[in-house]
Amino acid sequence: MDTFTLITITGIGLGALYFLIASGLSLIYGLMGVLNFAHGTFLTVGAFAGLWISTQVFTTPSMWTFTAAMLFGGIAAGIFALIVEQLVIRKLYERHIDQALVTVGVALVVGAVLSGWFRNDPRLIPTPLWFINTFTIGSARIPVDRFLYIGVALFLLLALSAILKFTRIGLIIRAGVENRAMVTALGINVRIAFSTVFFLGGFSAGVGGVLVGVYQSGVSPLMSGSWLIYGFIVVVIGGMGSLGGSALAALLIGVVNQFANYYITGLGDFVVVFLLAAVLLTRPQGLLGKVMS
Amino acid sequence: MSALTVKELHVTLNGSHILQGVNFDVPNNMVTALLGRNGVGKTTTLKAIMGLVTSTGSITLNDQTISGVQTYKIAQAGIGYVPEDRDIFASLTVTENLSLAARGSEPHYDLVYSLFPELVTRGSQRAGTLSGGQQQMVAIARALLNKNQILLIDEPTKGLAPMLIAEVADSLMKVAGETTMLLVEQNLALVKKIAQHIVVMEQGRVVFQGGPEHLQDEEFVHSMLGVSGGRK
Repeated sequence: MDTFTLITITGIGLGALYFLIASGLSLIYGLMGVLNFAHGTFLTVGAFAGLWISTQVFTTPSMWTFTAAMLFGGIAAGIFALIVEQLVIRKLYERHIDQALVTVGVALVVGAVLSGWFRNDPRLIPTPLWFINTFTIGSARIPVDRFLYIGVALFLLLALSAILKFTRIGLIIRAGVENRAMVTALGINVRIAFSTVFFLGGFSAGVGGVLVGVYQSGVSPLMSGSWLIYGFIVVVIGGMGSLGGSALAALLIGVVNQFANYYITGLGDFVVVFLLAAVLLTRPQGLLGKVMS
Repeated sequence: MSALTVKELHVTLNGSHILQGVNFDVPNNMVTALLGRNGVGKTTTLKAIMGLVTSTGSITLNDQTISGVQTYKIAQAGIGYVPEDRDIFASLTVTENLSLAARGSEPHYDLVYSLFPELVTRGSQRAGTLSGGQQQMVAIARALLNKNQILLIDEPTKGLAPMLIAEVADSLMKVAGETTMLLVEQNLALVKKIAQHIVVMEQGRVVFQGGPEHLQDEEFVHSMLGVSGGRK
């Protein structure tokens, strides 16, 4: 039972990190049809921005410092995402193959620049000492950071949901995911929504980058690779453009991955890909996605 | 005076030359019916006016050139569009569909709710769960919310049950008195009731413009539209 509890909560924590990466990816694809391979760089930029502020500006590790790292990482990644959207992707709307190629190019260039600048050795993000503590549920000892990942992801899920549900720009984004052409035919400049979605997606990935830096004990220019792949898997399983779908799929994948790794030693990735194939064959639009007309 | 003037409009889609130099006028404060057999380019003409497909040629709205302009600016210039398949936002509620469409400080909710009182009671219902007729009401209501110079309405009675056709037709007749309208419609009985001007297309071109009295001529209707007298 203790093992079950530990694996479950660790899986949910991992799923929380997947959600932070996948939420923006899903909205960007759902609204704009952009397959954004540069999304992983948003995570890396956020992680490095968080590392910078928590080592160069605030020198004492504390929860305040770490909160500032998450906020600064999110904002830096959001602004970086906005720059990528304005300078690169905006000129290529509706040219999907070109978008895929150019975003791969952005990812390679940013990775190379960061590698040249910081080298590839992982660097630790300073965290409060209590991050290494454990929390006891029953007799299972759960690392405290798992709850942090879950709490941050839950907060961002609620915040993003509130933006989508209660604001005008959120209404435009929800409508645009469904039928972008009709939104413009109503006299709405949908590109403002595009920029908003890129910023929000970048912010979420940037916050995720700081947390991933803690989870895998270090920030490096090459850190985003497998996380981006998992982000895409979450988006496909959850349904393109569905925030709830991304949350559900991230949770599912995180937990399944952890259980598979424990009970079928090391086969977590294989089981997740199997799950992806099963969803694509039985429900191609994803768990909560809409059938595209 | 014309509210909308289309000159030498050409559209090529996937290698097919769909519109081959379309020319016509939509007179102010009248309902103009755009008629023709299936596949002659009526819907494409409306999409080209809205900037939803790439076109060449000249389109002017009350002497303001709108060809080559982005779709959202064309709509803001004063064109309300009701597309063929309604294109309501299925996951949004009726109220959200309407508030998304509302522009400016004084959207005409009074007019919309007086024409379609059912939309008041169904405000919190997801639009995707409405019947076809109710969805058409939402689509028309979205176009009526703003003070537009012209409405483009594409086959509003398509796929509706006869009772709902009468309901939608009734609403259109009420609206017709208040605005300029370019209406694509296969239902000749409805066209005869509300149109004051007709434009007939054939194979991507306009082959006739004139008064609706021509629709009383069986031979004209048969040769131009390939039907006999229209549905009653």
